[in-house]
Amino acid sequence: MPRLQTAAELDELRAGILASRDAAKPSIAVCGGAACDGLDSAALGAAFAAEIQRVEAKLDFRVTGCHGFCNKGPNVIVGPGDVCYFEVKPEDVAEIVSCALKGEVVDRLVYRHPQTGETAVHMNEIPFYKHQMRVLTGDIPRIDPTRIDDYLAVGGYGALAKALSQMTPDEVLAEVKKANLRGRGGGGFPAGLKWETTKNAPEKTKYVIVNGHEGESAAFMDRAMLTGNPHRVLEGLIIGGYAIGAQQGFIYTRHDSPSMARHVTRALEQAREHGLLGENILSSGFNFDVEIHYDVGIFVSGESSALMRSIEGNAPEPRPKYIRTSVSGIWDKPSNLNNVETWANVPEIISRGADWFTSIGSERSKGTKLVSLSGHVVNSGVVEVPMGTPLRTIVFDIGGGVPDGKAPKAIHFGGAMGGSIPISMIDAPLDFDGMSKLGAPIGAGGLLVMNEDTDMVEIARYLLDFLVKESCGKCTPCREGMWQMLKILTNITEGKGRKFDLDRLADLTEVTSLGSLCALGKTSSDPLKSMLRYFKDEFETRIAGNSAARSQPK
Amino acid sequence: MTDITLQIDGKEVTVPAGSTVLKAAQSAGIPIPTLCHHELLEDYGGCRLCMVEVESRGRTNYVVSCLYPVERGLVVRTRTEKVDKIRRVIIEELMAHAPDAPELLRLAHEYGADRNRFEKEATFCVMCGLCVRYCAEVKQKHAVGFIENGHVREISFIPEIAAKECWDCQECFAICPTSYAQAAYFLTEALAFPGRRKAAGAVSA
Repeated sequence: MPRLQTAAELDELRAGILASRDAAKPSIAVCGGAACDGLDSAALGAAFAAEIQRVEAKLDFRVTGCHGFCNKGPNVIVGPGDVCYFEVKPEDVAEIVSCALKGEVVDRLVYRHPQTGETAVHMNEIPFYKHQMRVLTGDIPRIDPTRIDDYLAVGGYGALAKALSQMTPDEVLAEVKKANLRGRGGGGFPAGLKWETTKNAPEKTKYVIVNGHEGESAAFMDRAMLTGNPHRVLEGLIIGGYAIGAQQGFIYTRHDSPSMARHVTRALEQAREHGLLGENILSSGFNFDVEIHYDVGIFVSGESSALMRSIEGNAPEPRPKYIRTSVSGIWDKPSNLNNVETWANVPEIISRGADWFTSIGSERSKGTKLVSLSGHVVNSGVVEVPMGTPLRTIVFDIGGGVPDGKAPKAIHFGGAMGGSIPISMIDAPLDFDGMSKLGAPIGAGGLLVMNEDTDMVEIARYLLDFLVKESCGKCTPCREGMWQMLKILTNITEGKGRKFDLDRLADLTEVTSLGSLCALGKTSSDPLKSMLRYFKDEFETRIAGNSAARSQPK
Repeated sequence: MTDITLQIDGKEVTVPAGSTVLKAAQSAGIPIPTLCHHELLEDYGGCRLCMVEVESRGRTNYVVSCLYPVERGLVVRTRTEKVDKIRRVIIEELMAHAPDAPELLRLAHEYGADRNRFEKEATFCVMCGLCVRYCAEVKQKHAVGFIENGHVREISFIPEIAAKECWDCQECFAICPTSYAQAAYFLTEALAFPGRRKAAGAVSA
């Protein structure tokens, strides 16, 4: 593949790819996302490949990234028409292939509502999908993440070509600012303002970085995005590099996700081969390349300053942020860090414009949001909805409510640094500011539904148990505060609670939030705080029960 | 370099730009407690005892004075109720590990900290990192380092380096607030390279 020299050459290449494809030709997409992979979708993929070869079937077959409906995997989608099959086994393969060729449907494998028994054949009829708005994830079932042609076929790199050939860096920045794209990694900070800070920093060498660490418990949407459509994230990063004036980008990701690493590495190679990375991209005079970096396996690696220390080759210990990393980050150079989902939004904003983007979402939170939906919920997986969608829609319409006839009790957002709210607040809209005020900030977007049997003291203990191991241990309030909170909570769950425990917990949560060095420590007690805010009676009852048990004669 | 005037506990203090709030306070004779701070070492911000309340552009914040740079018109309060509470809880947390360390006992007395408030875990080290950083930054030997992360983090002498470098140095013993650096060194020596002390003893006998 010779390097593309101009935007017109890219259009030509795309036209060629589309001309070679027939939209009416049957297609089969096997989900190779993390959950389906765990259910051995690889064996399923191999069975499809063998069967297609055996019958010499004329159909497009690809193993793709995550389709979204994780607990019904392995997922298969047959085109045209997006017929969805669930819990597919290798023995179903021959029938699916022969039906696909005849345009028929394998009735026994389609979606069946667990209560009503009603069936739904096509993606847009299935409750899990039909209430979503899949702007970022919709293409994933059409893309083999290792083939750039598949991304080009859905319009990929069109936004980059537009930015480089028709827009100045300032215009790109202005568009992102106008879109009011807010950071999807947790804070909800306006990405455009962050870009501007790095752009305006006097230092010439600048870096742009994808935070693909996603260490938050119960969060799995970023890896679905980055593994399933790495080129989209990369395209966003290149556009960001152009707007900011960076020469080098980094994709910081996990050492323990081999398919993500493979797909990102392959995407970088292909982008280089096509001249979408490297010197003088599409003859614009813009030079930019990207390196992949792996974490060392602790949660704090995803904290911005720790992540940058890690890229430098140091231990991932956060640095005090009295100087922002957007001004002084990697090797003290201005470094703009956004998470996977934030970058994935950029090509869409450039192609369709800020006005289109701001037409989606709530007043202060625009666009769509990826949510990892799990816990006590009938349908779990990766969900994409407009910002401002009521939680009820996510939990009930998409999630199908709580299984086994149980009542829901609480919704937990934001993983181990998030918070829990009682189910009475289920009509709250999915919105950065609103959710923060309630004490359950969206965080990166892990939503956990908990049923009536859930022991909130145990949940608080469990989340702290996770975080204690993820702290770097540098500062006292995080290292010691969390450890003491965990000990107290463990004592309460083991029947050794004391009256003064709530007092001690109040002091520990306050000092850990105020005194810790980085965001991990500062927010580590947020789940506990939210539980003490909404479910304090459970703690009191538990402790009272503990002391009552102690005072009984043996 | 230009000078900057700020207010600490109601007192006007003028220091060169780029100074930290801790430096400014020290220059004005206003005491702020520290554990991980050392004149010869790069500021670390680990123990968090030196936290103070700062007010800048109408916003109140809690920051570590050993790292926070002075700015014009900054208002610093070193002994508010909240600052004292942060320090008290931090001291109580550290006393779970080293309840008899003289420095902590002194601080506990000043801030009304209860050494028995939290469940004890006798590791004796407060993770100030003075030994690790002194050995790296001043002696440039890296004979002692941190291992592990989170609450199981500990300091550890690296036998291969310690056997060569520590015998004639041992300067970290005096700066350790709990004597744990010394204990950790002798443990390493006794287990990993006991020969040298025996040999030295034989010579002097």
